[in-house]
Amino acid sequence: MNVAVAKTGGGRAVSDLFASAEGRLPGSPEVIAARREAFESYERLGLPHRRIEEWKYTDLRALVGEVLPLAAIPDAGALKRAAEAVKAHAIEGARKVVLVDGVFAADLSDVRALAPEAGFKTLRETLEKDAGLLKTASTDAVIALNAAMATDGVVLSIADGAQLSAPIQIIHIATAASASAFTRSRVAIGKGARATIVETFVAAEAKAYQVNDAVIVSVGDNADVAHIRLMDDAPDAVNITSQFITVGANTKLNLFSMTSGAAVSRLQGFITLAGEGSELSVNGVNLLKKTEHGDTTLVVDHAVPNCVSRETFRAVIDDRAHSVFQGRIIVRPDAQKTDGKMMTRALLLSDEAEADNKPELEIFADDVSCGHGATAGALDDSLLFYLKARGLPEKQAQALLIQAFVGEAIEQIADDGLREHVIGMAERWLERRS
Amino acid sequence: MMALLEVKDLKVRVEEREILHGLTLTVNEGEVHAIMGPNGSGKSTLSHVIAGKPGYEVTDGQILFKGEDLLEMEPDERAAKGVFLAFQYPVEIPGVATMNFLRTALNAQRKARGESEYSTPDFLKKVREVSKSLNIPQDMLKRGVNVGFSGGEKKRNEVLQMALFEPSLCILDEMDSGLDIDALRIAADGVNALRSPKRSMVVITHYQRLLNYIVPDVVHVMSRGRVVKSGGKELALELEASGYAQFEAA
Ligand SMILES: Nc1ncnc2c1ncn2[C@@H]1O[C@H](COP(=O)(O)OP(=O)(O)OP(=O)(O)O)[C@@H](O)[C@H]1O
Ligand SMILES: [Mg+2]
Repeated sequence: MNVAVAKTGGGRAVSDLFASAEGRLPGSPEVIAARREAFESYERLGLPHRRIEEWKYTDLRALVGEVLPLAAIPDAGALKRAAEAVKAHAIEGARKVVLVDGVFAADLSDVRALAPEAGFKTLRETLEKDAGLLKTASTDAVIALNAAMATDGVVLSIADGAQLSAPIQIIHIATAASASAFTRSRVAIGKGARATIVETFVAAEAKAYQVNDAVIVSVGDNADVAHIRLMDDAPDAVNITSQFITVGANTKLNLFSMTSGAAVSRLQGFITLAGEGSELSVNGVNLLKKTEHGDTTLVVDHAVPNCVSRETFRAVIDDRAHSVFQGRIIVRPDAQKTDGKMMTRALLLSDEAEADNKPELEIFADDVSCGHGATAGALDDSLLFYLKARGLPEKQAQALLIQAFVGEAIEQIADDGLREHVIGMAERWLERRS
Repeated sequence: MMALLEVKDLKVRVEEREILHGLTLTVNEGEVHAIMGPNGSGKSTLSHVIAGKPGYEVTDGQILFKGEDLLEMEPDERAAKGVFLAFQYPVEIPGVATMNFLRTALNAQRKARGESEYSTPDFLKKVREVSKSLNIPQDMLKRGVNVGFSGGEKKRNEVLQMALFEPSLCILDEMDSGLDIDALRIAADGVNALRSPKRSMVVITHYQRLLNYIVPDVVHVMSRGRVVKSGGKELALELEASGYAQFEAA
């Protein structure tokens, strides 16, 4: 942790991290005051560690140690490298919104194509008037840190009834080594809208950087929405992403996440079903190798009756990697007729691979159907032998079975092109293995 | 005549227990051999050891295939060299579409032999031809490998692979078990269509009936981990009449 302190004009001590960034942080004086408050709350808590229940498997003090200083504003060279990364990771046909080292890059984005169905602003612009975006109900230290330090982000509002023909892809690119990027975005999706939002996290030659992202999503009634997060950060990077998602009535929401990079990562999703008759599908894949640590923590809160939630999570863990899945389903007293199920499976590819599963059901209503299941194990030897006896070399036989294993989660992506894109990412991960 | 497969004085243990106690068997190019024998005599064990299934410890003897030491090779190398085992109990592989599996396996074998990969149209044409002759509907090939297949469908899927991969040694472990009479005829016709002067077959069965369709050149009787008698096709008829009691006593 970065504990060096500096005296500020107000006479209060804040650490270098905030003091050195303060001049770069956008917002009205009111916003800056809110940031300072958030930072103080972060400082009181410090980085989460194993004695904090929600973080018991992901001790950031031990795994990360210190928060790196804010990345510099990307220069021309950085933007050029970022442009290459955009080319490599763009989804065909998608409208791109690009953030480089936590700063919106207009020249790499096609935000004009978003109108009229979707309104676009940067976080920077929004904070000139409104501090609301920095507030969440969470008391989590990494989220407080994000509120204090967020340099930019995407503020999207998709109009009622809009039927987006192409996905919107938010691409987070890191070009700066040994530095942090803090981003915060809001996506508001109107009633009856149809939209697919993709968030991609990648590096453009950067090493040992840290990403702390927060995204606040609200989905209106009768909407049909997919949100897909693809994290393929550099092998020595840190990625902490927090999602706050609220779902209206009679809506279909399909969430997917894939973790195939970063030395240490945590995706924490807080999803509230706030309108009746909605269907939530949450699916995820962790692909981990070497000494990577990947944590997916999901809280699905059934606040109203008559909603369905399904969670399918698959972890593939090689070498000495460590995968964490924490899934909590909360059913509030009023949320009768809730149907909530969660299934997580871990595939251990080495004796030293580690999987922690922590499913929790907190049920306060009596007429519900909820359940969870968890398994962890190696590849089935008899299946491997069958494939080898048909001519597949060991690694190729393994790859086919691993693809089938993660396929159960990936096939929940409805859009054909996106599904193929994600299958391609998994295939490339498997190729890097062999 | 050239020996394709030579099993010499093979001793095999499973979990500290010896199952094959010095088994010798030679199959020449183009020949069809039948192996019969009571339950537990070691027929599947022999087929697994030839295919390279892990878990078996060869303590003595050798297996030569086209003169090469088979026991030194990985299962996939054996397959690429032309060894094919149609399993007694084919496994189900959920999530791996049959068509994708067939193409991946065929191309892996071709790659290992230094041959070019099949083009998609050529491959599809070939699969369609073979599956039609074996009465395998196309939609079955879209499903996961053997997933939800009936017992008979699984066996036909094994014969389909045999026809696609064109191995030089086919070992059929109880291909007839679980097949109704019509399915048996279709599968046997499929196997017979693959008979050629360059291709040998080892047909493991409990029933003489299969051997009416696939007529063997040589019949072996296995008992307690050894070949105890070999003869012509009439030996199968004898066994049908007299049973295995005479060999069990040994
Ligand atoms: N994995 C194993 N562990 C322990 N014993 C085994 C194993 N595999 C086979 N055996 C034993 O080896 C002996 C031979 O089994 P095998 O399956 O080869 O017989 P088989 O001749 O094919 O019988 P069947 O006609 O019933 O198919 C049996 O006694 C069996 O119990
Ligand atoms: Mg057997």
